[in-house]
Amino acid sequence: MNNTAIDNKNEQKITLKVYRENRGQDSGSHHDTFEVPYKKWTTVLDALLFVKSYMDPSVAIRYSCRMASCGSCGMKINGVPKLACYTKISELETSTIECEPLPNFPIIRDLVTDFSRFFNHHKSMQPYIQTNDSTEVDTNKGTFSFYQSPEDVDKYLQFSYCIKCGLCYSACPTVGTDLNFPGPQALAQQYRYFADTRDESKKRLDIVDDRHGIWRCHFAGSCSKVCPKGVDPALGIQLLRSYMLGISKNDKIPAKKIEINDDDNNNNSSKI
Amino acid sequence: MKEIERPTRNNLEGIGGWLNPSRYGWERISYWFQRLTGVFLLVYFIGHVYETSTIVNGQNAWESFLELTQTLWGHLFLIMVIGASTFHSANGIRLIFTHAGIGLGTPGRPDYPYNPASLNYRQKSGIWIALILAAAAMFYGFNVLFGV
Repeated sequence: MNNTAIDNKNEQKITLKVYRENRGQDSGSHHDTFEVPYKKWTTVLDALLFVKSYMDPSVAIRYSCRMASCGSCGMKINGVPKLACYTKISELETSTIECEPLPNFPIIRDLVTDFSRFFNHHKSMQPYIQTNDSTEVDTNKGTFSFYQSPEDVDKYLQFSYCIKCGLCYSACPTVGTDLNFPGPQALAQQYRYFADTRDESKKRLDIVDDRHGIWRCHFAGSCSKVCPKGVDPALGIQLLRSYMLGISKNDKIPAKKIEINDDDNNNNSSKI
Repeated sequence: MKEIERPTRNNLEGIGGWLNPSRYGWERISYWFQRLTGVFLLVYFIGHVYETSTIVNGQNAWESFLELTQTLWGHLFLIMVIGASTFHSANGIRLIFTHAGIGLGTPGRPDYPYNPASLNYRQKSGIWIALILAAAAMFYGFNVLFGV
């Protein structure tokens, strides 16, 4: 289907090969080809949305923010997991772009995949701060905040930038052969909380100390290669493993709690 | 570790995902070589144990089996063994260091274009050193076996 209002002979066009499959109907898979006009700044997501708007509205894609913040539009673009909104057509330097669903995620329909297993692994890492006492959440006794130096923050900050887009999970060769392996995202999150001076959990290393756990990582580095946010999951995994092997010493000093009194709050100050 | 409910296996890359290592840079190629040479050396060691065990059947059995390695294909196979064992050992030493958190860099505040600290020049140098050592060992083995 062509739209004459946008059909301009002087415009550059790209061929999009889009994977089509509907697991619900069990009708098999095929690729549909679309000729899409593009500019220097057009992203793969823009092109797919053009297809949906003017050519075939039944193409299924998942997207939201269009600015690499939500992690929804991950897909395999020319064989490599990428965010569609973060990948410019002009930068791919090919005349045909093949869009396929993220590998290692069960397909729901077309380019939309099921993230249940991925999120289950993430949840199994207990991705939240755990402390030995609950005073900081006891509002009757006043609230607390934690003191962390910039150096303390630097130890985990980059791992907290994870947007859970699943690209690392998709690129990992171990995930491709072992469904029980938590994957780079979950393991890097385990390091993120392990390195956080506010966290006092003693069980973090036990969670990943499993024959399907951290020991299955062989440092292929593909997770860090495809990460769109610079999280570098491979770094987190290796650093966590060095603690588990006893090579790095866990010299984490728990963060000091700072009591915030109502008066101090009002004066925008705190007391250590 | 919490047991994950086993969902459908559809769309898993499986071992097929290893077959195209060029998509993810040198680290993935090194991973592929490490696996490939590991499996190859395992096959070699099983054959080697079988070969040496033939001595229990007498000197003739031992020598007749040993002649297999003195053929053109036997020599080429041994050159492959030399290259595989050299790469596997050298790259394995690099991996031991990385598993210990050595040579990876430190966490920091990522800036665009987000070059990962763990995939730094030290890792790439290690991979190249392993490849060059393997090539040099194969070249030496070729000279010894074929007397060039």
